[in-house]
Amino acid sequence: MIRRLPSFSFDRRRNSRLRGVFALIAVTAVAACGAKPAPQGFNDPNEATNRSIHDFNRGVDRVLLRPAASAYGKIVPEPVETGVNNFANNLDVPVDVVNDLLQAKPGDAAKNTLRFVLNTTIGIGGLFDPATPLGLPGEKTDFGETLHVWGAKEGRYVVVPFLGPSTTRDFAGTLVDVALNPLRLVLEAPETYYMTGAKVASTLGDRSRYSETFDSILYGSADSYAQTRLLYLQNRRFELGQSGSGPDAADDANFEDPYAQ
Amino acid sequence: MRNDPANFRLTRRGFTSVALAASAAFALPLPASALDVAEARSLIDKAVADVNSIIGSGRSETQMFGDFEKLFVKYADVPVIARSALGVAARSASAAQMTAFTKAYQGYLSRKYGRRFREFIGGNIEVVDAKPIKSYYEVISVATLKGEAPFDLRWHVSDKSGRDLFFNIIIEGVNMLASERTEIGALLDQNGGDLDKLIAQLQTI
Repeated sequence: MIRRLPSFSFDRRRNSRLRGVFALIAVTAVAACGAKPAPQGFNDPNEATNRSIHDFNRGVDRVLLRPAASAYGKIVPEPVETGVNNFANNLDVPVDVVNDLLQAKPGDAAKNTLRFVLNTTIGIGGLFDPATPLGLPGEKTDFGETLHVWGAKEGRYVVVPFLGPSTTRDFAGTLVDVALNPLRLVLEAPETYYMTGAKVASTLGDRSRYSETFDSILYGSADSYAQTRLLYLQNRRFELGQSGSGPDAADDANFEDPYAQ
Repeated sequence: MRNDPANFRLTRRGFTSVALAASAAFALPLPASALDVAEARSLIDKAVADVNSIIGSGRSETQMFGDFEKLFVKYADVPVIARSALGVAARSASAAQMTAFTKAYQGYLSRKYGRRFREFIGGNIEVVDAKPIKSYYEVISVATLKGEAPFDLRWHVSDKSGRDLFFNIIIEGVNMLASERTEIGALLDQNGGDLDKLIAQLQTI
């Protein structure tokens, strides 16, 4: 079965909840505007360029990421891998809090703050995740979602060297998230190197854990570019509540009746 | 309708009530055969119970792949999935080609997803909700796999084939029919648009 890829494995969010409550933040006033039509199909005017970057990324995966991840998965014991993953994930939580506030979701911001405090203290710097069993599984978000909440459209589909599939909106969001991370502003070298190291290790861990999913898409499909584009866009729209039961899902992109065709 | 077969006589009144009852029966949908939320949900409940019993059976992986194929044929509308995966090319295909394609595609699909089925071993799927969407029903389930956060798994169910069957699965927003159409379309292109060559290739992968 196709499962979500770790690079875009975010939990479902409840966009409607508390939307507009925090209207004190002037900039988020736009969030109160009505549901936008959900995007359908894909907007990929730079397909030729995207395809060559996709091929490049696939080459990077084949010669570098895949073998490194395979070695990492074999050498590193599972508890250590989980600890590294927890640590890397915990580093992202302050960015989630900032984005929750920008999206006028004080509930999520409070939950994520509590999660960060618990995991950083009782969870020994984030190596363990005591918050999840305590009912705080984390409300992941990113600046791409903030832009979406503010009314930005998805934009064009882009493939970013080394990073993979994105859209113009979400790639802009990724850049802002890196700059926005309060930890990067507070911490200095060598702590910032540990952050980067943890990210790299956790990426290797994900590539190793989901190797069958990655391999089936990148090397097992007849057109890995088209398949990746489809999976990325559909999954991203689902995360943003534009398909499934989300508030913007009035015109669900996944509605398809083959009996009517 | 009052009806006593022992001394049933076709009086004028009797005839009228029989005729009325008969026309009502044809005019109104029969509750027993029309799919509703509860029936759609119960179909997926059964399918999920079968999936859970397979992945918890402790049988060998190879045996589980076989069980999985049987389950797929039992609960899914394979001909409709095959036709949809083939996309526009299905319109110009002959009936014989469609039969051959459907057969080849069923084996291909079972092998492809069967290989991934081991990831579900030790996991669990639970149906949480069902609702009508336009012309069919969506059954929402949550899959919990070993060591992973639960994820959203939706089943689209219809009775338009004459039986209650699912024809699409949506995993965290990813639509199986759309994904299959992309894949089969690319394979057809690789075969220069030749459906017979595609059918032959599907039997080998």
